Amino acid sequence: MRSTRKGTAILLRFLVKRDRVRIPVFVLALVLITCMTAMALSNLYSTSESRQIMAETMVNPAMTAMLGKGYGLDNYTIGAMMAHQMLLFTAIAMTIMNILLVARHTRADEEEGRIELIRSLPTGRLANLYATLTLAGFTNLFIGILTGLGLFSLGIESINLEGSLLYGTAIGVTGFFFATITAIFAQLSENARGTIGFSFTVLGVSYLLRAIGDIGNEAMSMASPLGWILSSEVLVTNKWWPIIITFIVSLLIMITACVLYSRRDLGAGLLPTRPGKRTASASLLSPFGLSLRLQRTGLISWAIGMFLLGASYGSVLGDLDSFFVENDMFQQLLNPENGHSLTEQFLTMIMSILAMISSIPALMSVNKLIAEEKKGRIDHLLSKKVSRNRLLGSAFLLSIITSLIMVSLTAIGLWTAGNMSMENGLDLWNVYSAALVYLPAVWLVIGLVILVIGIFPRASIVGWIYLMYSFIVVYLGNLLEFPKWLSGISPYGHIPELLIEEMRYLPVSILFLLVILFVITGFIGYNKRDIQA
Amino acid sequence: MTILKANNVTKYFGKFTALDGIDMQVNEGEVFGFIGPNGAGKSTTIRILLGILKASEGSVKIFGKDAWKDAVAIHERIAYVPGDVNLWANLTGGEVIDLFTKLRGKVDKGRREKLIERFELDPTKKCRTYSKGNRQKVALVAAFASKADLYILDEPTSGLDPLMERVFQECVLEAKDAGKSVLLSSHILSEVERLCDRVGIIRQGKIIETGSMAELRHLTRTNLIVQTKQPMSGLGQMAGVHDVEEKEGVLSFQVDSEKLDEMIRYISSFGILKLESAPPNLEDLFMRHYEGSRVDTEGGNHNA
Repeated sequence: MRSTRKGTAILLRFLVKRDRVRIPVFVLALVLITCMTAMALSNLYSTSESRQIMAETMVNPAMTAMLGKGYGLDNYTIGAMMAHQMLLFTAIAMTIMNILLVARHTRADEEEGRIELIRSLPTGRLANLYATLTLAGFTNLFIGILTGLGLFSLGIESINLEGSLLYGTAIGVTGFFFATITAIFAQLSENARGTIGFSFTVLGVSYLLRAIGDIGNEAMSMASPLGWILSSEVLVTNKWWPIIITFIVSLLIMITACVLYSRRDLGAGLLPTRPGKRTASASLLSPFGLSLRLQRTGLISWAIGMFLLGASYGSVLGDLDSFFVENDMFQQLLNPENGHSLTEQFLTMIMSILAMISSIPALMSVNKLIAEEKKGRIDHLLSKKVSRNRLLGSAFLLSIITSLIMVSLTAIGLWTAGNMSMENGLDLWNVYSAALVYLPAVWLVIGLVILVIGIFPRASIVGWIYLMYSFIVVYLGNLLEFPKWLSGISPYGHIPELLIEEMRYLPVSILFLLVILFVITGFIGYNKRDIQA
Repeated sequence: MTILKANNVTKYFGKFTALDGIDMQVNEGEVFGFIGPNGAGKSTTIRILLGILKASEGSVKIFGKDAWKDAVAIHERIAYVPGDVNLWANLTGGEVIDLFTKLRGKVDKGRREKLIERFELDPTKKCRTYSKGNRQKVALVAAFASKADLYILDEPTSGLDPLMERVFQECVLEAKDAGKSVLLSSHILSEVERLCDRVGIIRQGKIIETGSMAELRHLTRTNLIVQTKQPMSGLGQMAGVHDVEEKEGVLSFQVDSEKLDEMIRYISSFGILKLESAPPNLEDLFMRHYEGSRVDTEGGNHNA
């Protein structure tokens, strides 16, 4: 036993050194966001009436599916709100951090041949896995304690010491549970991609099982580790046993992972790798097909995510007007005008936000061309019978199609869930056209990136900065009373808000012209410049 | 017939002069070796030939067309293998080969299969699992499976084992026999010596030597190993003699080829017991230029 763990302490110190920036940043961000949310909630919902109105908007299947079953809804304290609205997503953030941490230090290092170097030194066979899981364990413990104490220190009436510590423990244990799950997949799969992919699949299935279970079938929730965590009724009745059981199960999984690791050859995976395709399918054999293939998984995930995002906004539309009346901050944010209900106002703001979020995958798609260039893979294509116009054109086209699909899916998601939660329902075409009209704004950002790729490829971050800027001025512009011209620089502010006003062709046409100008300049530049190595 | 002609090609990266007036010519049915130390400008030159970089000055004509303006049309007849083959992790080798041959245009399925067999490549594996040598095999199979007229190969064998290197050399010679032209940039000088008809040596962005192997040999030195009855004196002071070493009365040294005749007369006056001569190889030639450049950059006390 001693021989298998020799060197664990040194390796642990080494891992800490490698993660000395990443982990503290995550810990700090997570604890701060949790505490700031609790503070914001207690300021926004200072009266029990306002909290009960909030509770009412939470009682619908869409909300339950998204956030989990609410506990203490008849006495919706700030604590109950935190547990209901924040616990699940904080726990998911923890799982993501743990999956990436464990995969990074186990299979990814092994795949790159670094573990082989370490194994050739006088270290124990299991030392690396021990060190990684110890690091994950301590990180989770640390976050748990900090979050617990941090929440308690805010001095919010309904957040007592036991509850806040249980809150911290719950997210810490969830994190550790998924760290051990990832450790298992690091033994089964023979590459980091597979390890991460399988672990995220378990996370996704856990979320889905819990979502379906929470709406109707209790047993299904109990098949999901996320369901166990939520059943602890944190800050309401504070049940410790589901968390303790989850922790014990994690330890068993951890032991299994260690046994699997000690039994397999270095570099091998326990799952059989099936051979890939011997020949390419016809759909791959073009620059466009190649881009599509390389981005397929990401684009599908984004598509599902965008639909769900639209749906989650749609699900809160019912009873929204009555909620808004109570909420000063939202009234300020939405700047009410006569003749339109606050729901319409709210939808209008949602439309611009959804359009901006839809821009993210489109931007990622077109930026991929620069990433490929930096990795030296563009040479493979340009040394063939492929013109630069065709290459850039393929990237541009895929990005445009992506934006169309993403914007459409948010609108359809919004409409579908909105219809279920509202009495009167929404008109599909009204919602869809209000979303589609944002496309020229999305395209302007894409066009800007095309321009940058053509003229000054090193500044490819410009697209992201512009999008971030737009988000800040459009989302917070009204609340913080920014001067008008600031939001005038963002394309999203020029789009007519079709739900509350008539179509205006002039700004849309100007955006179109700008897009064309940017794209043409970008293409000309791309044809003239050197491809970077 | 000239397939490729580079004329005074110069490339600046900002203030740095990467290439300084490169002249190069590759003829039909010829294997042209392009050698030089790392960072000398081999890959930059090749990327200009491919129209991936734009020459700051000078011109490149391939098949009589401009390498920058008519890149796409030229590439239909070119097969290129880069030195550092970076592939897409989640595509299989077979998929990449198909992609490359299809993008070039003409596909020869039979040849593809034969080459995969000869290079002993498993095309069903994902590129992420390939070693450097296997990634190079993917690029080589894709290159030789296409019916190109000019092969541009940038250090294509740096990751191959000796057996596979032999297969590669066969492929190059087959291409040559079929009347194709090859531009081979390489570090492996024995390979260049075996395959190439003509050679160009590049150093610090300039072609410092170019010509057929025979011409280059003429320019270089012959290695001599000599033993004489009477001890030979004053050898070190003679013009054209280099690297004199003595071991148990046996002298070994190099003589500039144009001084050979004079040298032999001199030696025979001491009474020859033993005389061995070795032809100059490319490595000697290469090292001569390379070491010269090192001394130059170190302080310039070199006197050639």
